[in-house]
Amino acid sequence: MNGHGILLRGGRVIDPSRGHDAVADVYLLEGRVEALGRNIGTPAGAMVVDAAGQVVAPGLIDLHVHLREPGQEDLETVATGAMAAAAGGFSAVCAMPNTDPVCDNQGVVGFVKAQAQRAAKARVYPIGAISLGQQGQQLAEFGELVGAGAVAVSDDGKPVASSHLMRTALEYARTFGIPVADHCEDPTLSAGGVMHEGTVSTRLGLKGIPAAAEEIMVARDILLAELTGGHVHLCHMSTRGSVELIRRAKERGVRVTAEACPHHFTLTHEACEGYDTNAKMNPPLREAADREAIRQGLGDGTIDAIVTDHAPHHYDAKEREFDDAPNGIIGLETSLGLALTELVRTGLLSLPELVARMSTTPARIFKLPGGTLAPGAPADVVVFDPEVEWTVRPEEFHSKSRNTPFGGRRLYGRANVTIVRGQIAFQRPSG
Amino acid sequence: MTAALQKDLVGLEYLSAGQIELILDTAEPFKAVSERPIKKVPALRGKTIVNLFFEASTRTRISFEFAEKRLSADTVNVATPGSSVSKGETLVDTARNLEAMRIDMVVIRHGASGAAQFLGQRIRSNVINAGDGKHEHPTQALLDMLTLRDRFGRLDGLRVAICGDVLHSRVARSNIWGLTKLGAEVGVCGPPTLLPRNVQELGVTVLPRIEDAIQWADALNILRLQLERMQAGFIPSLREYNRVFGVSNEKLGRAPKDLIIMHPGPMNRGVEIDSDVADGPHSLILPQVTNGVAVRMAVLYLLAGGRPESAQAAGKGEER
Repeated sequence: MNGHGILLRGGRVIDPSRGHDAVADVYLLEGRVEALGRNIGTPAGAMVVDAAGQVVAPGLIDLHVHLREPGQEDLETVATGAMAAAAGGFSAVCAMPNTDPVCDNQGVVGFVKAQAQRAAKARVYPIGAISLGQQGQQLAEFGELVGAGAVAVSDDGKPVASSHLMRTALEYARTFGIPVADHCEDPTLSAGGVMHEGTVSTRLGLKGIPAAAEEIMVARDILLAELTGGHVHLCHMSTRGSVELIRRAKERGVRVTAEACPHHFTLTHEACEGYDTNAKMNPPLREAADREAIRQGLGDGTIDAIVTDHAPHHYDAKEREFDDAPNGIIGLETSLGLALTELVRTGLLSLPELVARMSTTPARIFKLPGGTLAPGAPADVVVFDPEVEWTVRPEEFHSKSRNTPFGGRRLYGRANVTIVRGQIAFQRPSG
Repeated sequence: MTAALQKDLVGLEYLSAGQIELILDTAEPFKAVSERPIKKVPALRGKTIVNLFFEASTRTRISFEFAEKRLSADTVNVATPGSSVSKGETLVDTARNLEAMRIDMVVIRHGASGAAQFLGQRIRSNVINAGDGKHEHPTQALLDMLTLRDRFGRLDGLRVAICGDVLHSRVARSNIWGLTKLGAEVGVCGPPTLLPRNVQELGVTVLPRIEDAIQWADALNILRLQLERMQAGFIPSLREYNRVFGVSNEKLGRAPKDLIIMHPGPMNRGVEIDSDVADGPHSLILPQVTNGVAVRMAVLYLLAGGRPESAQAAGKGEER
């Protein structure tokens, strides 16, 4: 691979996997972490990156993105998504299976992996479907999916309505040691809903989705994980009730992990005022008390991981009546900045805790390489400035899409260098 | 002129009390136009108005059309089945194409909440909301308020109960904003399945039973119950709805005073309102319809830039 190596000099090296948080040099050679320590001399031929004043951490890992390929390459491709990920500080992302065709067979898993290899930016790990065609009927062939490289299974935006199917999936997934990731939504309660059910939906005259639609399925999934001993991973938690259910389940030792998105710890349903379709997503933006509970859940570790739910859409699709616009926003290039601004600057998380939520823990719960700077670990590293103030300019995104409610927002902190497999996948142009 | 209207009339939530009063006051001189043998004044001569109706409507569309014609505007009606909307054209494309033909105003009715605001933000023409989804129907609320003001001489302190399917009603939301801004007290009454979440946060009193509303109110505004609500499971049957929430003379007989009865139409006789109530001496249902034309003339006149102080003269047919 890279015969010369990269020396990251003088940064604040944060590696939650080993409790490391001190100024040090990190030397990467041949795709691995070669050495970590104070004042490593410059090895012959090494490229030196001055990391003074910046954080050096294991590359960020996003467990929940939509890269749209195969099927909707006009919105995003594996290559553009992997580039956007690298620009956001991510060395790896997990791609949801709601492609066309659905990622419910080893052919699609292999295709996504091949496209990712060709792009050679952030790593892309496919997530397989739970059921064939995400139809909620027949179990997909988990064995073949995992054999081809899938790291988890999920029916993604199609909630697993059948408790029997969910039970079967949790049981069967144990064979392969993979988590079953669930989008928690009772479709009979959420049907037709386009935003959170509350005062704002009442005022705007939009059909709401009650918090209970999520919480019922969170409770069900916890009970089924308890029944089966399977590992359930709860996607994009948005309500205070969900956080409380997970907290209690973890106290009981249930194999449950959970993730939350920057928009849910930053915004509330008031962002839908004026029928702003860039504030339309599922699960919807909720109330201030829900946002606070998500923040607290991330603070105490009830919620394990920060994910983006990166969901590219064409501007035409969002330039519509609110009822008809698609759900979702992109997030790869704003996630770190929002987390630093909303969680670290506010004192809710320390920097090591943030790195844990965005790298070390996601790697652990999906059993991915990375999330650590231990010698011999993959040379997946992010160098970020946690303080630099910048303005979100969607027109400068590497993603093919621009659908974000954060355009024009002032944020603090962003990635400057992202290294994947010992290669520089992204380096912010200076000046 | 601090009360002057904005470019569009999207909803009463976004108007001040002064702006609402301006519209109601401007409607007064226009009432007379419809009472004359020659029902036409030249106030909007040369203006082109498109009535863009994506949802079926008889009363509102005709009322707007009369208002436009009595002000001498040129009007074109576009209804969904005959338009390119059915061929998949987006709302914004439809609007831009109409505007490319150099129009002055669009009156829009649309099934999606927010459609009128969406349109208003994207075209230069004035946009008047004739009902958007479950959001607002401002001219209906304005005509309801004008009718109440005619009858009581004031709105301040008046108690108005809005009864029925508030959840799906744009008429209810517009009435809540308009009436509360002008100092009236608003109650809402209906089965909890048909009341929106946290509706009390809009500044209204929730009245659980129709008997409570009848005890409390000076006037009832009885909403149409869409028959499909039963299929969707919001109520068990029309029969039971009529028995529990329908307004009958028998229930009204227990009121401490005579209540004014209003209904935005079209009525389901024998469901939300009994015929003898609708046709009874305290019903203002037809005066509402008459006032609808005057209120819409006022809105069109003001948005077209007509000066409020000249409305009297405009109503008499004098040139601006």
